[in-house]
Amino acid sequence: MISADLNTILPEILLAVYAMLALIGAVYTGKDKLAPALVWLTAAVMAILALWIGTAGSGTNPAFHGMFIDDAFSRFAKVVILIAAACVLVMGLGFMQKTKMLRFEYPVLVALSTVGMMVMVSSGDLMTLYMGLELMSLALYVVASLRRDSEMSTEAGLKYFVLGALSSGMLLYGASLTYGFAGTTLFSGIINAASEGHLSIGLLIGLVLMISGFSFKVSAVPFHMWTPDVYQGAPTPVTAFFATAPKVAAMALFARVMHDAFGGAVADWSQVVALIAVLSMFLGSIAAIGQTNIKRLMAYSSIAHMGYALIGLAAGTEAGVQAMLIYMVIYVTMNVGTFAFIMSMSKDGQPVTDIRALGMYSKREPGRALAMLVLLFSLAGVPPLLGFFAKLGVWQAAIAQDMVWLVVASAVASAIGAFYYLRIVFYMYFGEDREDALDAGGSPILWGFLVVSAFIMVAGVVNLFGIEGPAAAAAATLVN
Amino acid sequence: MANLLSIVTFLPALAALILALFLRGGDAAADRNAKWLAMIATTATFVISLFILFQFDPANTGFQMVEEGTWIMGLKYKMGVDGISVLFVMLTTFMMPLTILASWGVKSRVKEYMIAFLLLETLMLGVFMALDLVLFYLFFEAGLIPMFLIIGIWGGKERIYASFKFFLYTFFGSVLMLVAIVAMYADAGTLDIPSLLTHEFSTAGFSVLGIHVVGGLQTMLWLAFFASFAVKMPMWPVHTWLPDAHVQAPTAGSVVLAAILLKMGGYGFLRFSLPMFPVGSEVLAPLVFWMSAIAIVYTSLVALVQEDMKKLIAYSSVAHMGYVTLGIFSANQQGVDGAIFQMISHGFVSGALFLCVGVIYDRMHTRKIDAYGGLVNRMPAYALIFMFFTMANVGLPGTSGFIGEFLTMMGIFQVNTWVAAVAATGVILSAAYALWLYRRVVFGDLIKESLKTIQDMNTRERWTFAPLVVMTLWLGVYPSAALDIIGPSVEALVNHYDTAVAAPISAAPPWPKRTTEGARHDLG
Repeated sequence: MISADLNTILPEILLAVYAMLALIGAVYTGKDKLAPALVWLTAAVMAILALWIGTAGSGTNPAFHGMFIDDAFSRFAKVVILIAAACVLVMGLGFMQKTKMLRFEYPVLVALSTVGMMVMVSSGDLMTLYMGLELMSLALYVVASLRRDSEMSTEAGLKYFVLGALSSGMLLYGASLTYGFAGTTLFSGIINAASEGHLSIGLLIGLVLMISGFSFKVSAVPFHMWTPDVYQGAPTPVTAFFATAPKVAAMALFARVMHDAFGGAVADWSQVVALIAVLSMFLGSIAAIGQTNIKRLMAYSSIAHMGYALIGLAAGTEAGVQAMLIYMVIYVTMNVGTFAFIMSMSKDGQPVTDIRALGMYSKREPGRALAMLVLLFSLAGVPPLLGFFAKLGVWQAAIAQDMVWLVVASAVASAIGAFYYLRIVFYMYFGEDREDALDAGGSPILWGFLVVSAFIMVAGVVNLFGIEGPAAAAAATLVN
Repeated sequence: MANLLSIVTFLPALAALILALFLRGGDAAADRNAKWLAMIATTATFVISLFILFQFDPANTGFQMVEEGTWIMGLKYKMGVDGISVLFVMLTTFMMPLTILASWGVKSRVKEYMIAFLLLETLMLGVFMALDLVLFYLFFEAGLIPMFLIIGIWGGKERIYASFKFFLYTFFGSVLMLVAIVAMYADAGTLDIPSLLTHEFSTAGFSVLGIHVVGGLQTMLWLAFFASFAVKMPMWPVHTWLPDAHVQAPTAGSVVLAAILLKMGGYGFLRFSLPMFPVGSEVLAPLVFWMSAIAIVYTSLVALVQEDMKKLIAYSSVAHMGYVTLGIFSANQQGVDGAIFQMISHGFVSGALFLCVGVIYDRMHTRKIDAYGGLVNRMPAYALIFMFFTMANVGLPGTSGFIGEFLTMMGIFQVNTWVAAVAATGVILSAAYALWLYRRVVFGDLIKESLKTIQDMNTRERWTFAPLVVMTLWLGVYPSAALDIIGPSVEALVNHYDTAVAAPISAAPPWPKRTTEGARHDLG
């Protein structure tokens, strides 16, 4: 039995062993000189794992008495997480080298936090959940303060750590209450204790505390405060990482706990999630209006997007989970492209994050400006770009459950939110020519990521690149 | 040609793609090539679209030349035309070569300019042909992107404000429509427009925030669609984006905006509001009538005091769209016929008027009325053309403007005499502002120093106007050319509406019984 169990978690084991070997190898040999090679190698390992998980896995395989579950849902999330992490690693390489921040620990830490995410989305037990979550978070705290000589970066790391610890505490408290009242930490056991309308008060408090913990990880209002500061303070490649893979993992974990452990009491949590979603959408849309730092702006943008994705979860149905998964994939693709663009913004070799510096960017770099334009309109949810279909999906799921007020609220929020994306378009296309224009040129890798993600936003209209089927299968295994 | 509609729709987009990918360099030769390619593509689209007109069978009131294919997320790719939409398709393909011709003088970023217009044409054609609700929404909404850029990049001094106002106003209206679309899908289980046209949405009243809603779901859906189309149309009091957008847009942008984009609102009312929510329309028709009547009188008065020529014509557009909404919601044969006719006619006439302003703006770079005067002395040909379209705008018999106004008035008179009487004053007011504008710009002595060297229209400009003059006159003396095509479809629409409204509006159970089960949350 043990060998079968180990076989199920083989991808996680492989990635963890790889990370440790890479760490030891680099410490005893070339140290930071090896870093570029390690980045490529880590990305390659992740890509191979993604390919393997995506093609080889089948069926639902619980391991370790149900503490770890390998099913279509976890495989879907893992593939997205691995690909996103690999993309961000490769994308950030040039930037890290230019700003002399590249250390060999960086790819290793990213790999370790990815292991944590993979464990999270596969968890079938509160203990596994917590282990995965902490492994991810601890690695993230460190990479946030990667730029040791920068006040902003260390502040970001510290702030993230303190608030993260607080949220972990809440999560643990919720988990212990749940254990106390359900008598088990296994999701499959909790679901028996938590059925519609009969949630004991202890379980209810446990549920709410756990939702708070998850909300922190997906940076949903009112647990979003860390997001803008950490996004701004962390080095841009790290910010790109924060905005993509961990968000998918946290959202997937959120969905798993809600459906696997509390699936019998949908009405009890769906209103809470809906409220969090509405608050996130509005805060994200309104607070971003005044921002001039593009990284801060993207922080608020991601808060708002998490709100939209949570609509899918709030629907509490299979269609809702499917819509949420599709939303996350599209969101990650958009963010990879957008951050590729942000990394390419530089002036005399120094990174720039002020959006006013983009004045008349379209005249000097028409191709990139156009790609960014596509991404921005997609982020705003304007058809015919994929961002629109992401919203349409979650709305369909919510309306089917008669959550009309939620959908109307999110429609209003999306109209408000369109403004700040347009403001970037405004600087790029209608702004004034500036003396201190951004550097032309830039790395072909970033260029490639930007164009490919913009292309996906346009061409995906044809068939969504076939992710509908896998997302539906993933949702079906989770909800039933 | 089985894919005729798709070919017509996507041909301009294909040309835009070719421009974007293969045209290199920013020199004069590249600019010239961009213009010619755009010209050829739009003309070819027009020529091919003539086949649609030839193949179209007016006696058949259903959708024709339908194309269908599966698509993502349970949606369908479905295109088709009927008597209501076919003329809008023709109007679009007809106007686009003229707008390209009118923008021959564009100097900056010519390639991008042409790409934006070509994409816009594809999206506008898609709106009129789409037979899947989400596909419709997609085309409807995506048109905002090129138009936003056209106003923002090539517009006048206040272009930033205007472009943002344009985008956010229309975007806000449209997202509410999208919510309604999703709700319709939940209720009817389909997004197929032909099926929805026969689906009866619930009319049982219910309360929202303590207010009793007569007509229930239909009224709510109607309002959501109204939010979008009223902004697009635009109706008073949400018309304020239009004058700003018009004044700041380049000439060709104004032409497209006035001639085609505004018609999407009217088309939306005809395609969705009237046939799908007949009870909602009936309940709220008085609101529309009075909003339109106010629009006609109020915006005509506002037009009277404008100092900027484009703004004046923009306000006159709002007034003319008031007749269109009156005609549509009078929901009888004359009214709806007249509304469609008025939209087509207004497409030619207002397009031409904006071109007229463009002609002198290109020469003097001002649109202020008091910067001109006495143009007839040096520009006789221009004076003639401007006179012709001013008269058409006023609704002089013999021009297409008369037919549209007359039919809509006839339609509304049968339904609401008071509104018809108020609207009729608009005819007088429109004569006042249009003729006064003409007198101030064209007549009088040529005393302004700056105008002493102004040149009359060149060959290109004359050719731009020629087709418009022909169409305006032709539809004016022989309206059957258009009415025969739209008539049968309108008749079917009106019959459908009358049957639906004749059934009494059911009195109110607290919440309508619908097919989906589970706890239902109130809209509040």
